[in-house]
Amino acid sequence: MKDKKNKKKTKKIKKENTDFDIFNVTTPPWIYSETVKKHFLHPKNFMKPNEEKKFKFNAVGIVGSPACGDVMKFWLLIDEKTERIKKVRWRTFGCGSAIAATSVLSEMLLENNGMTLKEARKIRPQDIVKRLKGLPERKYHCSVLGDKALRDAINDYYRKTKQYDKIEIENGKIIDKVLKITDNDIEKAVLEGAKNLEEVQEKTKVGTGDPKCIKEAEKLIKFYLKKYNLYEKK
Amino acid sequence: MKRIYLDYAATTPIRKEVRETMKIFEEKIFGNPSSIHKEGRTAKTALEKARNLIAEILEVKSSEIIFTNGGTESINLALFGISRTNKKFFKKPRLITSKIEHPAVLNSMKQLEKEGFEIIYINVNKDGLININELKNAINENTILVSIMYANNEIGTIQPIEKISKIIKDYQNKKRKNFPLFHTDACQAAGYLDIRPKKLGVDLLTLNASKIYGPKASGLLYIKENTLIEPLIFGGGQENNLRSGTENVSGWIGLAKALELAQKEKDKESKRLIKIRDYAIKNILKIEKTFLNGHPKIRLPNNINIIFLDIEGEALVLKLDKFGISASTGSACHSKTLEPSHVLTAIGLKREAIHGSLRLTLGKETTKKDIDYLLKVLPKIIKELRALSPISLKK
Repeated sequence: MKDKKNKKKTKKIKKENTDFDIFNVTTPPWIYSETVKKHFLHPKNFMKPNEEKKFKFNAVGIVGSPACGDVMKFWLLIDEKTERIKKVRWRTFGCGSAIAATSVLSEMLLENNGMTLKEARKIRPQDIVKRLKGLPERKYHCSVLGDKALRDAINDYYRKTKQYDKIEIENGKIIDKVLKITDNDIEKAVLEGAKNLEEVQEKTKVGTGDPKCIKEAEKLIKFYLKKYNLYEKK
Repeated sequence: MKRIYLDYAATTPIRKEVRETMKIFEEKIFGNPSSIHKEGRTAKTALEKARNLIAEILEVKSSEIIFTNGGTESINLALFGISRTNKKFFKKPRLITSKIEHPAVLNSMKQLEKEGFEIIYINVNKDGLININELKNAINENTILVSIMYANNEIGTIQPIEKISKIIKDYQNKKRKNFPLFHTDACQAAGYLDIRPKKLGVDLLTLNASKIYGPKASGLLYIKENTLIEPLIFGGGQENNLRSGTENVSGWIGLAKALELAQKEKDKESKRLIKIRDYAIKNILKIEKTFLNGHPKIRLPNNINIIFLDIEGEALVLKLDKFGISASTGSACHSKTLEPSHVLTAIGLKREAIHGSLRLTLGKETTKKDIDYLLKVLPKIIKELRALSPISLKK
């Protein structure tokens, strides 16, 4: 009985060997999934070059830095009554999968009359990867940024509508306790071009809620300017 | 769709003449060169013919050629083989290299550092030329080996190998020593430059076949006679006891044929490609927010490396691939380690710029017509990707 089984096995291996045909190697059409390809080559809902001035929005979120190689920005139009996302625009500096990940996320947000902010906040990197039908593991960080930029935009919406209690801070240290502005917000403002406290305040209002934090904020601004080599050459 | 392959620095296809030479061998000869019967003797003769041909081209002795399985193995043999066996003559053994070497050199150096060697990495300037004074000052009584690549694989910059070897010779004469030895990785240079070791003044020189239209996994290390070196691979004692293992005869015959043709054609091919290269560079730089990496003149005839600000290189390479063009990038997203190119970092570029690098390397099949097609699609792709990008860096 055992012998018979073994015999069968060898036979099978033999067959596989003859099946192997090096002259029939087909080139995979693409290094990522078909969905990634579709979204990379034909991205959806991105902010077109001349659209920025016309596009109506009430929340902006940005995450990443050019030095790290990935920056994602979201513009959202949120219905104030229902808190559903009505319109989405985005831009991404990054590799093919980063572009595809932001595009597919924008598509997810607009389904079923627009996602509510509560639902949108629950989106995690793995949800995006699933929608993309998989990504190489080392590319996960690209899609991680997409949902972060989105949550940043949601916080921006609550800040703009003065619903400070709804702002949710993740992984950041709160600098302005009243307005819930974090070191991440300051970093972002610096990366967007702010060079001093006034300019950072224009973007974040840091210190206007809690004036006691101004010294710390100034320290951070200097730190990030140095970190990203953004000091203006004189 | 017609493919336009512009990644010849990654690897080249095997040219017809080489393929045919290898085919004749593979069809007729299968013996082990170590065997004393007819089949073995035939294989042995073929192998030695290949070695003699290479020796003739390089103007060295046949006994100074050690065949290897490619460039990386040749580099490993040079660095480890020299360092490990000679370290006993030095108090605090030192090795000198540059910051822009191929990973085969840099990662070998990292390992040697763990084994107790002091490694000095020489800086390069913004064009990728090594700082000669720094090198001069780094050479001391403890220096066993200097390893500087002939031409860089990413930015194409050609190092002044003869000038470096003169500095080393002067030091040796002054101190009446035989050290440091000088090794150069000439893999990217073999198709375009003079690679004769005596002319260059090097003690060790690495070459491989897969960059000169020969087979993959086939290379050699030239070792000047009377140089003390130990093997990395132990076994049956082939290749003068320096590289055991049954010989890859057909691969090495292919290397000999490829090298013969590459060196014969190098001047004509260089002249042809420089024209196409400079035409391409001039026109690509017309796209705004771009700049050239590497030296504008002292560079390989087939190398183009350009930064496109505000976009990421992997996305650019994928788009070009869709248009039938094969290229490469130094962007972090492209690399296995997710680290941006060490070469572009060493020439002083900021990370955000490196992400937007594109390497185009030309070769035998490249024509001006191919470049005209590239020049037609590239500006469109750049515009598309920039439209998607939320950043706007200053040049």
